[in-house]
Amino acid sequence: MTAILKVTGLSMNFGGLRALDDVDLRVEPREIVALIGPNGAGKTTFFNCLTGIYPPVSGTIFMRASSGKQSRLNGLPPNKITAKGMARTFQNIRLFPEMTVLENVMIGCHCRTSAGILGAVFRPRAVRAEEQRIVDSSYKILTRLGLTDVVNDLARNLPYGAQRRLEIARALATEPALLLLDEPAAGMNPRETAELNQLIGKIRDIYEVAILLIEHDMKLVMSLSDRIYVMEYGRRIAVGTPVEVKKNPAVIKAYLGE
Amino acid sequence: MRIINEIKKSFLVALWFMFLTFPIMVIKVNPLEKLIVWRWHNLAMVGIASFFISFLLRCAGRWRKSAARRPPALTMKGLSNNPRAYYSALAVIALFSLVFPFIFSAYETSIMTTALMYVILGLGLNIVVGLAGLLDLGYVAFYAVGAYSYALLNYHFGLGFWVSLPIGAMLAAAFGILLGFPVLRLRGDYLAIVTLGFGEIIRLILENWNDFSFGPSGIANIPRPSLFGINLSLAASTIYVYFIALLLVIFTIFVVNRLQDSRIGRAWIALREDEIACQAMGIDKTRIKLAAFAMGATWAGMVGVLFAAKTTFINPASFTFMESAIILSIVVLGGMGSIIGVVIAALLFVLLPEYLRAFADYRMLLFGAVMVLMMIVRPQGIIGKVRRTYVRGQVTGDKRQKNGIITNLL
Ligand SMILES: Nc1ncnc2c1ncn2[C@@H]1O[C@H](COP(=O)(O)OP(=O)(O)OP(=O)(O)O)[C@@H](O)[C@H]1O
Ligand SMILES: [Mg+2]
Repeated sequence: MTAILKVTGLSMNFGGLRALDDVDLRVEPREIVALIGPNGAGKTTFFNCLTGIYPPVSGTIFMRASSGKQSRLNGLPPNKITAKGMARTFQNIRLFPEMTVLENVMIGCHCRTSAGILGAVFRPRAVRAEEQRIVDSSYKILTRLGLTDVVNDLARNLPYGAQRRLEIARALATEPALLLLDEPAAGMNPRETAELNQLIGKIRDIYEVAILLIEHDMKLVMSLSDRIYVMEYGRRIAVGTPVEVKKNPAVIKAYLGE
Repeated sequence: MRIINEIKKSFLVALWFMFLTFPIMVIKVNPLEKLIVWRWHNLAMVGIASFFISFLLRCAGRWRKSAARRPPALTMKGLSNNPRAYYSALAVIALFSLVFPFIFSAYETSIMTTALMYVILGLGLNIVVGLAGLLDLGYVAFYAVGAYSYALLNYHFGLGFWVSLPIGAMLAAAFGILLGFPVLRLRGDYLAIVTLGFGEIIRLILENWNDFSFGPSGIANIPRPSLFGINLSLAASTIYVYFIALLLVIFTIFVVNRLQDSRIGRAWIALREDEIACQAMGIDKTRIKLAAFAMGATWAGMVGVLFAAKTTFINPASFTFMESAIILSIVVLGGMGSIIGVVIAALLFVLLPEYLRAFADYRMLLFGAVMVLMMIVRPQGIIGKVRRTYVRGQVTGDKRQKNGIITNLL
């Protein structure tokens, strides 16, 4: 099996509401996969189940680390899942508003570094070197995402588009193998969206990550994705290449009504 | 123009309050003589009072709005960017604190020692509340743990101050973790209530478990710290304790400053800012929370030992909720997460009441008023925290870092 992420039969309930119903999904290495569907289809819930924020009622989630080792993610806390190489952004931006842009990204390095309390107090050479590595790699990510000018600004003072990019930067700092983006283009103007389109492609190439992307902007989805999954009412109703999905009658019905 | 508008609004507020309070404040029924007393003067008082309070709040709100637009004036950034002024200030403070016990009376030295102890308590709680954002209302419990560990270890095993100091700190840290476990899932108000309960539980145990803690009568004759085995006179001992407190303050500032600029410190701030995002970034919430509780409690434990040694007598009455509230106020007033702010606030909080004894009756009133005003005018505290900046390729050569420990905390 080569898939980097393999989800089978994932279900989730909120009280009586079946938010996810037996969803299967695979992501191959370095693939960009889109997850689309009308509002309330359960896309964000799917992300939340993958990243350990909600416990799914049934189904399995397997992820293959870059080492080739396959591991089951069900039941792991969010931080362990991030450590295994899955990073995400949030639909409703969740930056650390009172921290600087750089610090936001530095936080992302947390799970790849190890200094503890004693290290912080005594600051031996190894810890200083680690801090330096954190700063340098964070700078590098910010440069690549075009946020160099604002590194020392507070995250809350950034314009909306930049905040979305910062979320991606922060996720990249966790050195993921799979990047989950929840509506990265939401609230962006057409120019920013076009830039984002290029950026996501670039990220995939530079960081060699697979990307699973929730997005309502069809232009972005169609031009970026290798494959598209379509959801409605918690169920997967279609999967295929952009061309196949565009022609799929179930998808057309879901989006345009009867 | 604006002012007239505000006066008009305040006037309406006053009218409304007079109307609302009319039944309770004005009408008084005298059932014996079947008379109704109309207390019109109360009405006037309510009117005047509510007018002025409303007007004050309005002005404060206006000031706050304009203050928010201005860059924060009191961030001390200017000072830290000016090394000469900075070092001179530091030298003056250092000199002053060194000669303080020799130029002031033993009484004043003792008060200053107390103030320094509150500085440490404030800095310790600042880790939990200011950095990690965990509202802990039972902080005094760890203070009590420290004090009782020294008192009891000394009573039963004859352990001295210097041996008890680290033991007390570690015991308090252990209690911090013990409290941390059950409250891992709680946040905000819920956390506050449970920690409040924890503080009270510790106090009640100390009060009622007579065989263990000698109950409300407490433990007396706790020895003062000894200097290389020499027993000091009372006056000398006061000075000695002062210097121990001073040393501990410097130690605390050093450690807290390094902590908050570290990987762990950043994780604490991230936890405060957004718990879910923090976890999604790969931070182990459980560990980082427990670390915050333990680190915060450590300082309280240390000060507790010092407190027992300083007063030579402790009983549960020293560890009431009021203490927790004062320490928390120091953190809030000083500016959450700002070391200098907490130091200033702690000194103000302890020294002002001592020197303004004339107003002792109004202490709590003033205290409350100051807190309310602060929340309106300067919610970020006396000194807002300036986030540290980093330079690519040279963390260790960073100017702020080279200036040594104290620059970073500004
Ligand atoms: N925490 C929750 N508790 C209860 N119901 C929830 C919760 N989260 C989501 N839901 C419900 O689950 C369904 C799926 O929501 P979800 O947020 O996953 O949709 P979505 O596909 O991301 O939609 P959108 O495109 O609007 O973001 C919705 O009906 C929503 O109301
Ligand atoms: Mg969504």
